[in-house]
Amino acid sequence: MKKLFIGAVMAIGTFISTISLSFADELLVPHMTYRVGPFAANGTMIANGFTDYFLMLNERDGGIGGIKVNPEECETGYKAQVGVECYESYRGKNALVHTPNSTGITLQILQKAPEDEVPILTMGYGLSAAAKGETFPWAFNYPASYWSQMTSILSYIDSQTGLKGKKIGFLYLDVGYGREPIPVLEELGPKMGFETLLVPVAGKEMQNQSSHWLTIRKEKPDWVIMWGWGAMNPTAIKEAAKTRFPLDRFIGNWWSGAHVDTQSLGAKAKGYLASSYTTTGTSFPAIQDMIKYVVEPGKSKTKMDMPGKVLYNRAMFNAVLIAEAIMEAQKMTGKKMVTGADVRLGLENVKLDEARLKELGLEGFTAPVMGGCADHENGGSIFVQQWDGSDWIRQTDLIPPMTDVVQPLLTAAAEKYVSDKSGWTTQKCN
Amino acid sequence: MFYRETGQFKSKYKEELAAFPLAEDKVGIIILLVIAYVFIPIFGIPGLPFEFTMGAIMIPVFIFTITTLGLNILLGFAGQISLGTGAFMGVGAYSCYKIMTIFPDLNIIICVILSGLVTAVVGMIFGLPSLKIKGFYLIVATLAAQFFLEWAFIRVAWLYNYNDSGGIEGTNKEMFGLIVSGPQSDALTRYFIVLTLLVLLTWLASNVIRGRIGRSWMMIRDMDIAAELIGVRPLTAKLSAFAFSSFYIGISGALMVFFWLGAAEVESFDVSHSFTYLFMVIIGGLGSITGSYMGAALVWVIPVLIKEIGKTVFGFDAFIMENFSIIFLGVAIVVILIVEPHGLARLWQITKQKLRLWPFPY
Repeated sequence: MKKLFIGAVMAIGTFISTISLSFADELLVPHMTYRVGPFAANGTMIANGFTDYFLMLNERDGGIGGIKVNPEECETGYKAQVGVECYESYRGKNALVHTPNSTGITLQILQKAPEDEVPILTMGYGLSAAAKGETFPWAFNYPASYWSQMTSILSYIDSQTGLKGKKIGFLYLDVGYGREPIPVLEELGPKMGFETLLVPVAGKEMQNQSSHWLTIRKEKPDWVIMWGWGAMNPTAIKEAAKTRFPLDRFIGNWWSGAHVDTQSLGAKAKGYLASSYTTTGTSFPAIQDMIKYVVEPGKSKTKMDMPGKVLYNRAMFNAVLIAEAIMEAQKMTGKKMVTGADVRLGLENVKLDEARLKELGLEGFTAPVMGGCADHENGGSIFVQQWDGSDWIRQTDLIPPMTDVVQPLLTAAAEKYVSDKSGWTTQKCN
Repeated sequence: MFYRETGQFKSKYKEELAAFPLAEDKVGIIILLVIAYVFIPIFGIPGLPFEFTMGAIMIPVFIFTITTLGLNILLGFAGQISLGTGAFMGVGAYSCYKIMTIFPDLNIIICVILSGLVTAVVGMIFGLPSLKIKGFYLIVATLAAQFFLEWAFIRVAWLYNYNDSGGIEGTNKEMFGLIVSGPQSDALTRYFIVLTLLVLLTWLASNVIRGRIGRSWMMIRDMDIAAELIGVRPLTAKLSAFAFSSFYIGISGALMVFFWLGAAEVESFDVSHSFTYLFMVIIGGLGSITGSYMGAALVWVIPVLIKEIGKTVFGFDAFIMENFSIIFLGVAIVVILIVEPHGLARLWQITKQKLRLWPFPY
């Protein structure tokens, strides 16, 4: 009993002392992960790709600007409530930029960001309206919003078979994320002359889609677009194959086209299409460095077969953007230890052009991202990749979004979001 | 020795019926209130960052205590089991959001209480099956309520004002010139509001439970036929239990979104949360107000502390600690149910019994 008591006192003592020691000289990049829970298969890939890039920078370059980066993970299990707990645990620690990795968590912390002066970068998820930098100074969704993506996918379909007179099925996870692109379909349907068939999949039915595919079989859409996540994706592809729906007329968004979705199906999923903005494979020098400095020496939790996979590479690109923003912030302020507010400026001034991508060892990996004050989405071009039975193969060049359609929608959505918020922080851009 | 009623004489009926007839209890409650109102706001919890203490421990624990109190009234005192707690919290949150957006100038505390009343009505409607069915069948009926309400939160876009995000968001709300809710509010202000509501609701619950209505709930719980024979009307007793319980749950749901999370999607009100609240009640102790406090605190705080200590002291990876805390909670539930099926509240009672004689047991 006495020993136990002494042990407890010592534990509390170390606990207090470690807290006071945790303010060492390092760049704290908070990272909310979900290596646990129903989406762990996806979450592990994302977490590894993100962390490995920073670990590689620490090993190869000694951090950013000579200061080590600490990509501190906080496990959320993809649960929104735990996200708030994570957010609180990063408070007062000079966090630089938040990566919530969940739209639900993003919504909860979006309003707090201006108060705590820490920007949020939601790469490929989050609120589409955050693309409007004047309304959302503290939120970024480089390189594309869901709405831009939907228009690009429609452009792709138009270039393949034409859209006029076609029937487009939209299979989506029935939560905020899945419903988000519906306004674009409603807007473009009459304009481009196609008919939309909405097929919502409730969260509980993710793995039981036979009735949905019965509907699709009955209605015979020419194309099916999918906004799915987690177990919904492989189930949908399996059902599509079973109902003999042509898989090369079935296209997923960028969260519905990863190796974890198709690998278990193998050749059965051959022909399935998906959009993406990051190239797969390990041929890029930056990824080679990550393997050399981090994965092979076993400095992270990454297994050898993970680098090069869709989600790993995409999360790495997320880390690249943050690293570039921190570097830009260091350059702009002249300080080595930057703050969240500095990184916000860094994100607005990110210059990731072809030359810089090549310098980073990522030539041809993705579309250039040029930050801006008013445009927190930038460009929004994507490409289409296809599953060949064993790997994802890039099929097209970059497909730009229909800016004229997306921009008015974004403006309206941004205005709507702030309409009932008192004291909302905005900024003016020149 | 420390806990003796010897020598404490009552000369009036009123004293005999007081909530805390023992002087020790009164002192204990006063100490607890002083800790909650003075000590924690000034010092926080030693060893933990202040903001983290407020935002990740104290405020959620108080809110979940209100939930647990509500569920305990239904389950522990009236004997009607419900698995719709998560959804009823959602009713509170969504109705508070609607009231706030329709009447933007209304005081937020009034919004919260109104949302509790809305939830009470909804709870009564879904409590109607309890008049005919009980036990497992009632569980299924309340589960239906859970699924129906979840569906409504997704499908009825009017509930979230047709937001593109599909969620509800809080905004800055002032009260007496102080921002009490929303992103710009101070954690301490929110802490005091939630704490005060918790104290008031506990006071209300303890008095209602000791009164005529509460006794009729317990009679229904213990033997409904006998209760009916001696003049308790099951209709009023059961429905009032559902209404009262839902009132608490609704308030806690509104508080959860507007004084803690700041925004919420359907996911925050799903069935797994209903189970968590059920665990809180069972671990704390059925039919005990003290137990509601203990259950909510244990189920919420232990995983948070395990994760925080594991990360900062032992340097374990976040996800290992997450898995560990899930395992720990599961084991804790099993162990507590085997060792003490009446929950932590019963352990506390045993401690009190021991303290009467300690240190001179005979």
